[in-house]
Amino acid sequence: MAVTRDEPIKTDDFDVIGTSPVRHDGVDKVTGRALYGADIHLPGMAHGKVLRSPHAHAVIRAIDTSKAEALPGVVAVITGADFPDPGEHMTQAGEGGAQSIINKSADIMARGKAHYAGHPIAAVAARDLPTAEAALALIEVDYEVLPPVMSAEAAMAAGAPIIMPDLRTDEDGAELDGETNVSEHSVAEEGDLAAGFAAADFIIETEYFTSPVHQGYIEPMNGTAWWRGDGTLDIWGSSQGHFGIRGEVSELLLIPVSKIRVMPMEIGGGFGGKTTSYLEPLAAVLSRKSARPVKMTMTREEVLKATGPTPGTREKVKLGVSNAGKITAAHVNLYFEAGGFPGSVLGAGVITALSPYALENMRVDGYEVLVNKTHTGAYRAPGATMSEYAVETAVDEACERLGMDPTEFRLLNASQEGDLRVDGLPFPKMGTVETTRAIQDSAHWRTPLEPAAEPHLRRGRGMASGYWMNGGGMSSAQAIVNADGTVTLREGSMDIGGTRTSIAMQLAETLGIDVLDVIPVVPDTDSIAFTGVTGGSRTTYATGMAAQLAAEDVLRQMVAGLAEVWGVAADDIAYENSTFAAGDNAASFKEAAALLDDADILVTGKTSIAPTRPGPAIAVHAADVEVDIETGKVQILRYTAAQDVGTAIYPPYVEGQIQGGAVQGIGWALNEEYWYDDDGLLRNSTLLDYRMPTAPDVPMIDAVIVEVPNPGHPYGVRGVGEAPIVPPPAAIANAIYDAIGIRLRTLPMSPPRIIAALANNTKE
Amino acid sequence: MVAELVTGKTLVSTTINGEPVEFMCEPRESLLEVLRDTLRLTGSKEGCNNGNCGACSVILDGRLVNSCCVLGIEIAGSEVTTIEGLATADGLHSVQEAFLEGAALQCGICTPGFIVATKALLDKNPNPTETEIRYWLAGNLCRCTGYDKIVRAVQQAASGTGT
Amino acid sequence: MRAINYAAPTMVEDAVRILRENGAGARIFAGGTDLIVQVRENTRDVDVMVDAKGIEELTRVEIGADGSVTLGAAVPCYQIAGDDAIVAAFPGLIDAAGIIGGTAIQGRASLGGNLCNSSPAADGIPALIVHGATANIAGPDGRRSVAVADFCTGPGTNVLAAGEMLVSLTIPALVPNSGAHYLRFTPRNEMDIAVVGAGAQVVLDGDTIVSARIALGAVAPTPMYAAAADEALAGQPATEESYEAAAAAAQNAATPITDMRGTADFRNHLVAVLTKRALRGAVERAKGGAVNGR
Repeated sequence: MAVTRDEPIKTDDFDVIGTSPVRHDGVDKVTGRALYGADIHLPGMAHGKVLRSPHAHAVIRAIDTSKAEALPGVVAVITGADFPDPGEHMTQAGEGGAQSIINKSADIMARGKAHYAGHPIAAVAARDLPTAEAALALIEVDYEVLPPVMSAEAAMAAGAPIIMPDLRTDEDGAELDGETNVSEHSVAEEGDLAAGFAAADFIIETEYFTSPVHQGYIEPMNGTAWWRGDGTLDIWGSSQGHFGIRGEVSELLLIPVSKIRVMPMEIGGGFGGKTTSYLEPLAAVLSRKSARPVKMTMTREEVLKATGPTPGTREKVKLGVSNAGKITAAHVNLYFEAGGFPGSVLGAGVITALSPYALENMRVDGYEVLVNKTHTGAYRAPGATMSEYAVETAVDEACERLGMDPTEFRLLNASQEGDLRVDGLPFPKMGTVETTRAIQDSAHWRTPLEPAAEPHLRRGRGMASGYWMNGGGMSSAQAIVNADGTVTLREGSMDIGGTRTSIAMQLAETLGIDVLDVIPVVPDTDSIAFTGVTGGSRTTYATGMAAQLAAEDVLRQMVAGLAEVWGVAADDIAYENSTFAAGDNAASFKEAAALLDDADILVTGKTSIAPTRPGPAIAVHAADVEVDIETGKVQILRYTAAQDVGTAIYPPYVEGQIQGGAVQGIGWALNEEYWYDDDGLLRNSTLLDYRMPTAPDVPMIDAVIVEVPNPGHPYGVRGVGEAPIVPPPAAIANAIYDAIGIRLRTLPMSPPRIIAALANNTKE
Repeated sequence: MVAELVTGKTLVSTTINGEPVEFMCEPRESLLEVLRDTLRLTGSKEGCNNGNCGACSVILDGRLVNSCCVLGIEIAGSEVTTIEGLATADGLHSVQEAFLEGAALQCGICTPGFIVATKALLDKNPNPTETEIRYWLAGNLCRCTGYDKIVRAVQQAASGTGT
Repeated sequence: MRAINYAAPTMVEDAVRILRENGAGARIFAGGTDLIVQVRENTRDVDVMVDAKGIEELTRVEIGADGSVTLGAAVPCYQIAGDDAIVAAFPGLIDAAGIIGGTAIQGRASLGGNLCNSSPAADGIPALIVHGATANIAGPDGRRSVAVADFCTGPGTNVLAAGEMLVSLTIPALVPNSGAHYLRFTPRNEMDIAVVGAGAQVVLDGDTIVSARIALGAVAPTPMYAAAADEALAGQPATEESYEAAAAAAQNAATPITDMRGTADFRNHLVAVLTKRALRGAVERAKGGAVNGR
């Protein structure tokens, strides 16, 4: 059903919204009781492992699995030959961009060619892991090793090795002739670019590079499958959307969704990376072949080498700016490495690149390029961080040239309701101005930076904005009123970090009951109607709205039931202050539940919706850094992150999203990167050498909640989770510039890069 | 102690969470594998299996260790505390309460390791500074929270335990 | 993880016998923080793991009448860093022992294991080298001692012959008016491997450096003693100019490579920066001051 409210039903005076209850699943998570995918043990369970390509680019001439099959204890061995041809339609399990199902199938199990080091070649199930590992060593693969192509620039060069000979460039909707590694060139344009640049007083033209970075969820990928004799299949795993996994396995293995049930295990982080399947289809085929449950878990090395990080990118930014401080035109070229297969987050990168700004003349060209790296996926505000990092750094250069405070410049150029996005859609109401003002007015921004204590330390301050459009999509909720007046809330969104409670709070607010009287449950895919992936910052918005509407359904049914019990007209029953009343009859919610139960009247409210007005999120961050000019090390001294969250339903977890997103962005800015050697092998595939921030690497993160209610949600909710990762790389790049007077234009801004930049600067 | 080679499955007697436990294990099995797969104490999590993330933190004879970097056979005669051993019939441990009240968890996968590591810290140093907390917890990776609320929860737990 | 056999002897003699009987695939471990992971990831060929923690001699800390300290090879880092007598006598050693891994690694990892693992980037080894430490070894032919500076022979390899094991490390007392300091550079503040490590020990006479020892980590196939830097300092005043000269000599001696932890150029740059910082810290301590609160 479409939701057409123009304004939130109320924006203050909440009883439940804005409070900080203990989350419903909290006790299980602090006591170790909570069960994640890898915690599953099933009767007679076999253990599966994947044989992966040691080469970045190779033709698979032959695979001989006979010795592995003969090893005692091995129950099944599979290769690409065990998978059906799934056809060529597009699939979209998560937020990682549309992908052809045939490519997805060839990505999870190679067909004739290894597209990256780590690409699955075969898989084994055995009675225990050591036997499975021993069996992998017995599989003989005859490779014809090809030269790898490892960057967008190299892949686009004439004579580059071709990764997929059948690939043709999608040139803004038309297919180009000839072999290529460029899978897509898309264009979004508004206004008159040439006129806009002609009107500029000066032009800023710069180029940026970013490395692939990984979501870094602490729980490795896992998948367990158990095929029954009747052709039905149970799956346990770690995913942001169990319906998405059900759909993808159905498409990959050509079995109806009705025959697949996916269990909603707790998920140990995802950040976009767990919106698609890697192990589940393999475990399913191994289970079918061995007639027993098969459990598979990835090692950390496998996670880093062979799941979908965010693309490495190159960006060219050209800004035309007037001396009055207005951007007259902007042109951005984005080159995104898709990895070994087409399909990437390029589209979101195109849409977001310029969106903090109101622009009349703008164009974004997006190129998606294949390279011999693991196929990329979604990572928190997928595509936005890289493209906005480039623009936000270029904007800082414009501010410097103008001598204008960067918050003032952003206020002057802020995108607001009715302004056009680069794809021609008008922006809805959003808090670009309010959030920028929150930083401008913050104690942080208004307090001068104190100088460093020692001469080799230099301090600087920077800021940057971030836009993320947020997502809507399908959500289902069901509210069952129990005889004791509690309400069981069944909803379909996998809970990554507190959404059971943020959704339950919206139900409780509408029902006028205590949130701890709501029992939120995320059932398996057979036991709740379809609900989309927990991604796109959609869950508290869309599933929260479903819960709110289910609560209204509950109230309608309770009023109807009480009318019957009391012998009055339903229209005469009022529900205020948690009390149903009609004339002399009055009953609290709990009393009403008991009355209805006594009368054999059962109340179950339910909704399935697909809301379309999520409302964009705007994040504005300020960072103070200290650079050791002798070692190139950057320490974050102070960090403030403001964000328009619409309405903060569950404030401590809103803050947690902002703080966590900011620290992921800090890691991306400073040290995280995929480090490949000349043979195309990833050499830092451990959590020691893939350097995510540890506790001593960051300060407290001051989260500033800005509330510009979203008219597209009954309580004004906007998605929160993704936007906070967008500003940090640019805010920190701008702060480093303020500290040392050098623009770092490659992420991460790691110590070797800073020392090299300082050395080059000295030479100039 | 065994001066001779142990070559296959061996019976190990130990104490886990205050209770005597016996299990069979091969020398190659890590303490983490024994806890999770043999004893089904799945509260200790595997995040990296090489000592770099802290999700498998347990207390072994009073010391915080990564159970993925300990052999199961090594713990004969030792005392091990896992996340499952913190709460009692009287309720949650004060560190568990502090994490819960302080919203110091999101996905929860690192949480058992952080809570065990925090207990080990406060057992040794009841009033740590913010810097001491951050460095003590450096071996425990959290990707969700940005550490802010975790550090505050540890401070809260410390103030609750007194001096 | 591949199948292994296990032994936990209580006597050095038994451990040596087990090592001898089982050949090159037998290996001693203490904390296991390197070895267990290496066996699991098939980066070391091991089929017998010999637990050293039950051997009393390997878990002992002895402070000699001459002020030297002998650390059993299996003494864990937390115990060393928490021993007030060692902290007071050898603050420069604690600089290294206290940063080998995070808290949970500190609870198991030993300086002896750090030496036997023989990583070029080991934090403990440069610190031991500048202290003039000796490795005490037991083997089928009895006991011998080797200077730690001569212990490592390549990445992951060392002088231990078949059947031999490290029993302890002896660190001689610092002479009066001397001080030592070790530091490393890592992009993260903890839980990281040295991109470069540098240790220094100096003996002062007033403001003159009588003698010095410099050692570097992660810039050569083994942790290296940079003798040329010592020569550049002997008899020189304890000034920035002298440190510059020593840093240049250290850079000359280093042969860094580019890998995922840093480029050769960056490492070469850091050799100079860290050598100077190590020297400043060592001089500060030699003059009775403290570095890192020690």
